[in-house]
Amino acid sequence: MTVTRLSRRSLLKSGAAGLATAALPFGLSRPAMAQEALTLGVVYVGPRDDFGWNQAHAVAMEILKSVPNVTVIEEENVPETDACAKSMESMINLDGAKLVLGTSFGYFDPFMIDLATKYPDIQFRHAAPLWNKDKHPANLGGYFCYLNQAHYVDGVAAALSSASGKIGFVAAKPIPTVLSNINSVLLGARSVRPDATVQVIFTGEWSMPVREAEATNALVDAGCDVITCHVDGPKVVIETAEGRGVKTCGHNASQAPLAPKGFITGAEYKWETIYTMYADMLAKGEALPNVVVGGYHNDMVRNTPYGAGATPEAIAAADAAIEGLKAGKPIYVGPLKDNAGNVVIDKTYDNYDPFLDGMGYLLEGVIGSIT
Amino acid sequence: MEQAQSAPMPRLLANPRWKAVAETVAIPVIALVTAAIVFSGFLLFLGKNPLQFFALVWQGGFGSAFSLQNTLQRAAPLILTGLAFAIPAIIGLTMIGAEGALVLGGFAAAALAVPLVAAGSPPMLMLVLTAGMAMCTGAALIMIVGWLRHGRQVNETIASLLLTYIAIATMNFFVEGLLRDPASANKPSTVPIGKDYMIGPIPGTEVHWGFAAGLVLAVLLWLLMSRTTFGFAARVTGGNPRAAQAQGLPVGMLILACSAISGACAGLAGFYEVTAIHGQANASLVAGFGFTGILVSFLARHNPLAIVIVAILFGAIEASGGLIQRRMDLPDATAAVLQGLIFVILLASETLQGRIALFQPASDKRA
Amino acid sequence: MSPDEILTVLIAMLGGAIRVSTPFMFVALGETITEKSGRINLGLEGNLVLGAMLAYAISYHTGQPWLGVLAAGGAGMFLGLLHGLICSLPRVNDIAVGIAMMSFGIGIAFFFGKPYIQPSAPRLEGLPLGTWSDNPALRQALEINPLFFVGIVVAIFLWWGLANTRTGLIVRMTGDSEASARALGVNPIRVRVLATVAGGFLAGVGGAFLSLSYPGSWNEGLSSGQGLMAVALVIFARWNPLRCIAAALLFGAAGAIGPALQSVGISQGYYFFNAAPYILTLFIMIASARSGAASQAAPGELSIVK
Repeated sequence: MTVTRLSRRSLLKSGAAGLATAALPFGLSRPAMAQEALTLGVVYVGPRDDFGWNQAHAVAMEILKSVPNVTVIEEENVPETDACAKSMESMINLDGAKLVLGTSFGYFDPFMIDLATKYPDIQFRHAAPLWNKDKHPANLGGYFCYLNQAHYVDGVAAALSSASGKIGFVAAKPIPTVLSNINSVLLGARSVRPDATVQVIFTGEWSMPVREAEATNALVDAGCDVITCHVDGPKVVIETAEGRGVKTCGHNASQAPLAPKGFITGAEYKWETIYTMYADMLAKGEALPNVVVGGYHNDMVRNTPYGAGATPEAIAAADAAIEGLKAGKPIYVGPLKDNAGNVVIDKTYDNYDPFLDGMGYLLEGVIGSIT
Repeated sequence: MEQAQSAPMPRLLANPRWKAVAETVAIPVIALVTAAIVFSGFLLFLGKNPLQFFALVWQGGFGSAFSLQNTLQRAAPLILTGLAFAIPAIIGLTMIGAEGALVLGGFAAAALAVPLVAAGSPPMLMLVLTAGMAMCTGAALIMIVGWLRHGRQVNETIASLLLTYIAIATMNFFVEGLLRDPASANKPSTVPIGKDYMIGPIPGTEVHWGFAAGLVLAVLLWLLMSRTTFGFAARVTGGNPRAAQAQGLPVGMLILACSAISGACAGLAGFYEVTAIHGQANASLVAGFGFTGILVSFLARHNPLAIVIVAILFGAIEASGGLIQRRMDLPDATAAVLQGLIFVILLASETLQGRIALFQPASDKRA
Repeated sequence: MSPDEILTVLIAMLGGAIRVSTPFMFVALGETITEKSGRINLGLEGNLVLGAMLAYAISYHTGQPWLGVLAAGGAGMFLGLLHGLICSLPRVNDIAVGIAMMSFGIGIAFFFGKPYIQPSAPRLEGLPLGTWSDNPALRQALEINPLFFVGIVVAIFLWWGLANTRTGLIVRMTGDSEASARALGVNPIRVRVLATVAGGFLAGVGGAFLSLSYPGSWNEGLSSGQGLMAVALVIFARWNPLRCIAAALLFGAAGAIGPALQSVGISQGYYFFNAAPYILTLFIMIASARSGAASQAAPGELSIVK
């Protein structure tokens, strides 16, 4: 694990362009492949146009489709059961796919691990930082954008655009990725407004529109005047909040058009950075790196352009926060307590420290519980 | 009819038994062809080539060893959940709780596996115990419904649906709470049972043992329901519960037994999902197999043997769905439209039963 | 919980009851008409989803949300007609066809609904009935969509009409005994087809509420089984339109418990709070079952209660 992390850290410093050269030396089995025709399979867990997670991937995938000699084949709404393994295998067996991208968290273990073992000549890449050099096949790998950095910026802008300092967060499930986004919103908000709070409601499902709307209403009723979220498709949350006359921060993709009055900014993935890099390397016939991760350092996340809900001071502070993140300013400045009063973060951690990948707590200032 | 008797085929049909068999085969075939024609019209309307479509269904569903195994693997849970609906249906109950029994059964198996694996139990013992646990849990869930139905006249359809939602909430509560593997950070799951304890594929294939279990159970339950006193009593009760009660049949016990079989089948499907596919219990267990099983059973007219065939048909459509998305640039919902169309037309074709003169016994005037 | 927090939860439940109940109400009322005639249409989930998609699409293209509501009703009538006609063939099982129609309707909705996931369509405006209050939560809870009142009017009309009109009598008689309906010169098949079409219409309108009012958006996860649950609520409501309203309101209120309790800081076991509607319904059913009233109220020809 350390090896991966170290190489990743060094990659981050050299930026996106340097990623390719500094990559771990496992690659496509035949180096000259992309000069020949290459078929690339992509599997999505939901519809490609969900205004969220899947759409963010699908839009960025257009870049790979533009590479000469590369054929992109896609399947949407593939559940995290053996159906995903069978879909990928079908792409390999029936369409001749040589590179398979799995874009949902639950595809990795056991399905993509087993497939990579079974098909050593095929390259597999998975959209999460789960691959471990010591445990997993060399023809498998991962790529991930640390979206919590953009949510930190959301928090900064939200706190300075809010009257009450109470930010509402509609969350799907209490898992580390989501918790990290919630905690980052809080830390961003508190960095400019120490009395800010974040109130969270878990819906328990990645996509459950009625309950998401109910949760949004409950948060507004509880006095929150900025709402943000982490669910698969944030459209309902943003539209409901806009309808209630409160401000919003987006998630996954740009939701600015949905909230012409109250939109502040939003956290967006920049998968195209990774996919452009993959496309360039494939066109040159180079080996793909096993692991590509990043955030504001290397242009892998962004914030949606400010909407009408952002105040001038919020914009100024958010822009400053972005510059800080680009320079490597840490988000988690320890020691920090969780909302039950226990010290959970003993010291200041780098934004990519693996320690933070496993967080199972809400920080002091977040109203809510994860059980 | 008289003239036709000289030809070989109708001579075969002269035997009433063969006529019945021919009818059972011919009517679904007519229905499938009709569905194919209607769906072709739909594709032509969209400017797509129907021939390419059906060639892809064949290629993706049966066209190669890989495709066929893909189909059979997808059929495996549907056989079991189809049986889970069929057995109560034979006794006249519409139980739609197989989804809940599958999820809770799978969860119980995974939960029991954790201490067994930790204690170093032999894999075989662990599998037998967890399979039993899954079946008992599923059976218990559906028996609650059966008991509520018989003892308290609570409608079994709504009770089983409600219990399904409650079962899923229960699984999620434990998987994300008490029984969560701390290492399963971003996808809350129970502790994985590990490769050594998982069920491998049937030798020489890539299809997991759940398919074989489904086949065996289908045959056993077919024998039970059509060749034993128990099955006879169940069918009598299904035909007319009041008459059955009046004749002194133990209706309550029969209902409980059928509920137990139903829940055990669905729980077993959950067991295979955990021990052959996922290796742990998590939200991926809620995949809709239980609800698809309802349709499988109806299309098979609750006949355990026919369920196997219908489940394979379903598996093939699902297995080829991805290929169709990729090659023809059709959305994923295409397979759902085709499925819906096939179901509707197949079910409507039941009306042809006993109405095609060719298949009726010469003396029968029903037609 | 402090009194303030209790008030918050109660207001949220009131708002939830009004906001969430409407689709349940329409589907349950539609199913009541169909079941009163002696048929069961389990496929109204398909009508609901197709109605939601079509309402959103029409509202988007025309800018007229009410036109979308009508189109949703029309789509529901079409599916209802299909179900009604197919089930009129001898030997065809209505429950099975219902499930098949459900997957057909959902398939069609998803197939043609892809282009409408992203655009924003004009929505149905609510009536601001809470302006007298200075509590914003209460004001929001009382911003009520006109369809909610339409549903209540339809329920009262159905309750009165089934008991007191000739049409109502014919429907009930067909549902209770096909033989006696025939004896009086009624064509039971025609009655059942029409009852299924009417039921399909209402279910489609219920779908329009989902996409055009609350949550007010079209996507593939929109329904999460409301249509199926509403059909089940009819049995719970014992085929009484007024009880359908009560059941829908109760179900909606219970659905608001989970998010509301979390908003006042009670979030332990939120999975069970989120399952509250199902748990509550089950307990009420068990508690009220043995009275025998349920079996008396059931239409005699209904396959599900035979």
